[in-house]
Amino acid sequence: MKLAVLYSRARVEEKILFETLDARGIDYDRIDDRDIAFDLGNPDAWRKYDVVLERCINHSRALYALRILNDWGVPTVNTAHTADVCGNKLVTSSALFRAGVPSPQVVVAFTPEAALKTIEEMGYPVILKPAIGSWGRLLSKINDRDAAEAILEHKEILGSYHHSIFYIQEYIRKPKRDIRAFVVGNETIAAIYRSAEHWITNTARGGEASNCPVTPELNEICVAASNAVGGGITGVDVLEDAERGFLINEVNYTIEFRNSIATTGVDIPNKIIDYVLAVGKGEIINQKS
Amino acid sequence: MNTAECPECGGAISFQSAPIRGEIISCPDCGAELEVVNENPLELDLAPQEEEDWGE
Repeated sequence: MKLAVLYSRARVEEKILFETLDARGIDYDRIDDRDIAFDLGNPDAWRKYDVVLERCINHSRALYALRILNDWGVPTVNTAHTADVCGNKLVTSSALFRAGVPSPQVVVAFTPEAALKTIEEMGYPVILKPAIGSWGRLLSKINDRDAAEAILEHKEILGSYHHSIFYIQEYIRKPKRDIRAFVVGNETIAAIYRSAEHWITNTARGGEASNCPVTPELNEICVAASNAVGGGITGVDVLEDAERGFLINEVNYTIEFRNSIATTGVDIPNKIIDYVLAVGKGEIINQKS
Repeated sequence: MNTAECPECGGAISFQSAPIRGEIISCPDCGAELEVVNENPLELDLAPQEEEDWGE
């Protein structure tokens, strides 16, 4: 069994994964994505790996590297399909709706005029998100028409074209917290509450982590969400609605777990490596690539 | 020797364990975010700024 870990920066998570691999005596290479040059007609250098664990920080690099590797027949965690779906909130939401996974209302519009009309019909507040983005960047909670007009105009004029694909999400009045659940294969292995006074609760933005019990209901919806985007190892963001219960907000594909090992008591890195080894051995076959 | 000089302020930086290429640290003197760009010899540079498609 020969692994590769493809990474951009050795963050806390990558260092923990390297330590875990070292402790288990697993043969692996660390590959910095800045050093890569894929010769598309020459896959031999990569086919020596039974599986590649992707830990890139750049979505674009991750996506293209996984696409090339999967097209070469090299198993990866996650797959290019999962990265492609999770890397785009619009595509993620479409996949969730297609699979019937409960989610907040999402409306997509292509012009500021159509977006404003939609927002007025949905009622305030609404959330406007860039289709591609992470760590809570550039999320806008729009409370009134004045704000809507200003944000839409700024996005159209100051942003690159993809900021004019308007992803408008219903605002869920969550209880000052959301849930980040960690799904590995067909199991929700752990979950945390992310609590904050601010409506953005990402731990990257200061949200505080505490353990969230994985109930059968939470496990079921999170596994369904993960499989809807292609499966693998995912971080599922869950909102709690007073009437509708759990709603899936987003799904992430290169999970950060530094705040969640001690909080949950779950050995997340070893469970990740167990899954990666199972993919390398060909024991996991339900991943779409 | 796991020590290096901060490229921003010249302060001394020491590592508790072996540095890993791509590892991000903060200079204890000036607070600059630094990246290990080479392990042997140990070299540090200012860490790149967050880009639009960075994330999970």
